[in-house]
Amino acid sequence: MDFEVVIGLEVHAQLLTQSKIFCGCPTRFGAPPNTQVCPVCLGMPGVLPVLNQKVVEYGIKLALATHCQIAPYSRFARKNYFYPDLPKGYQISQYELPLAEHGYVDIEVDGAQKRIGLTRIHMEEDAGKLIHDEQLPVSYVDLNRTGVPLLEIVSEPDLRTPEEAAAYLKVLRNILLYLEICDGNMEEGSLRCDANISLRPVGSTTLGVKTELKNMNSFRNVQRALEYEIRRQRSLLEAGEDIIQETRLWDANRGKTFSMRGKEEAHDYRYFPDPDLVPLVISPEWIEAVRATLPELPDAKKARFMSQYDLPDYDAGVLTAEKALADYFEDCVRSFPQAKKVSNWIMSELMRELKKEDQGIETCGVTPQDLARLLALVEEGAISGKIAKSVFMDMIATGQEPDAIVKAKGLSQISDAGSLEALAREILAANPKEVADYRAGKTKVMGFFVGEIMKKTKGQANPKLVNQLLGRLLQE
Amino acid sequence: MSLTPEVVTQIAQLARLRLSATEVETFTRQLNDVLVYVAKLNELDTTDVPPMTHVLDLTNAFRSDAVGAGLSPDEALANAPQQQRQAFVVPKII
Repeated sequence: MDFEVVIGLEVHAQLLTQSKIFCGCPTRFGAPPNTQVCPVCLGMPGVLPVLNQKVVEYGIKLALATHCQIAPYSRFARKNYFYPDLPKGYQISQYELPLAEHGYVDIEVDGAQKRIGLTRIHMEEDAGKLIHDEQLPVSYVDLNRTGVPLLEIVSEPDLRTPEEAAAYLKVLRNILLYLEICDGNMEEGSLRCDANISLRPVGSTTLGVKTELKNMNSFRNVQRALEYEIRRQRSLLEAGEDIIQETRLWDANRGKTFSMRGKEEAHDYRYFPDPDLVPLVISPEWIEAVRATLPELPDAKKARFMSQYDLPDYDAGVLTAEKALADYFEDCVRSFPQAKKVSNWIMSELMRELKKEDQGIETCGVTPQDLARLLALVEEGAISGKIAKSVFMDMIATGQEPDAIVKAKGLSQISDAGSLEALAREILAANPKEVADYRAGKTKVMGFFVGEIMKKTKGQANPKLVNQLLGRLLQE
Repeated sequence: MSLTPEVVTQIAQLARLRLSATEVETFTRQLNDVLVYVAKLNELDTTDVPPMTHVLDLTNAFRSDAVGAGLSPDEALANAPQQQRQAFVVPKII
């Protein structure tokens, strides 16, 4: 039987505020345990949480960027459950009347555009962190993260393949980075993703029984976990067995998902409005004021790259798929205003190296100015395009400036006609047969002569000059 | 509306309370009494009354995004029954 895969993602984005969502504790990552806590986030009796206005502002930004309807009236709710990382015994979240609903983002997979619906975006507080002891049956609780603001973004079950899920996550992350409201770091957990996935016979309109996958801390792991889960569910269904609705943890080392035992008792969070927090009213004026602060978003930037820099659709799409990359491109073009050449270098040489090192553009040792300078050296004829590629590899490896590398390695292009002519005469004299061939009309042997000169000069001869020279000498 | 002993047992479980059989019986009766009493509110016609989400007639109580003083780790951990590595120690739950 053929099955259709149905996937929906729940994404949690930690916001880049200075302080927590309901108290003034800092949100810095990596601080020593329990140094960023206060009576409010520790859940001491008698304290009063007060909403950080910036969290609402960031929420409105994301809602606008994802075409959501922003609720004029929303409220906070308590989600009740017991877990050691949750000191109050409930998480302050939103349930009925969330911040925003009914949005969408557009993704592209294999050249095809697809619109993915967003069910809702709501604000909530993060929980603490548990560190499990290696030997003893105890866990250590660090509450620094408790109360760090999160936006939860819930997609419609519109995704049909793991590739689509990864593409959606990338688009969403990119929007968060463009808005500068989340650092998008999946390894450190500032962007987290859970997936709901089920299979149903092709043609069926009712949803199959789903599982919820957790613990996937990279794009690759999201895709791998979904691929595994599709295989697992399919083989169960084909064997006539039932899927159990449950939460499963992805184990990246073993490449499998595992049932989270113990959490199987049906969730019963008994949500109710939090009496500590008054309702949130968002006026059209506030929305417009926030809209005015929105930066250029990926789609708009892509359109501008195509018109301003005359780049093809493909180039503009690749360059704007990541804000840092788009900024890098523009910085580079500012110093070397030949956009297509810059784009070619970034998309081929630079991105290949970044991919090889599994590195982001942010940590790349080659600055946009250095790359621009390298392209200028080629343009000026100081080095050949081929030499530039090897200089670039050195720049990536050492972080040195191109001029320094060219000088230290003596890579300057030989554009001295006198010395090249001497060399060319030498080569012609050593190869009388090929010279005769050429003069007999086999002009293809020109390539052989050029190759010989390049070999002798380690590729440093100015190719244009070499061609001219040989042409002239062979006419003699 | 009537609350069954099963529901009471489930609520107790969610609240991590261990109830004896007699307690379940007592609480089922008492909670039912409470619900019957509160159910009287259903007799009111609220067709034209907007749902109330908060008793106070207040909205938008905000703080600005500024870092303030918190507690030292010693103070934060002062009430912990068990602590180690500057952290609260709890039984391992995975």
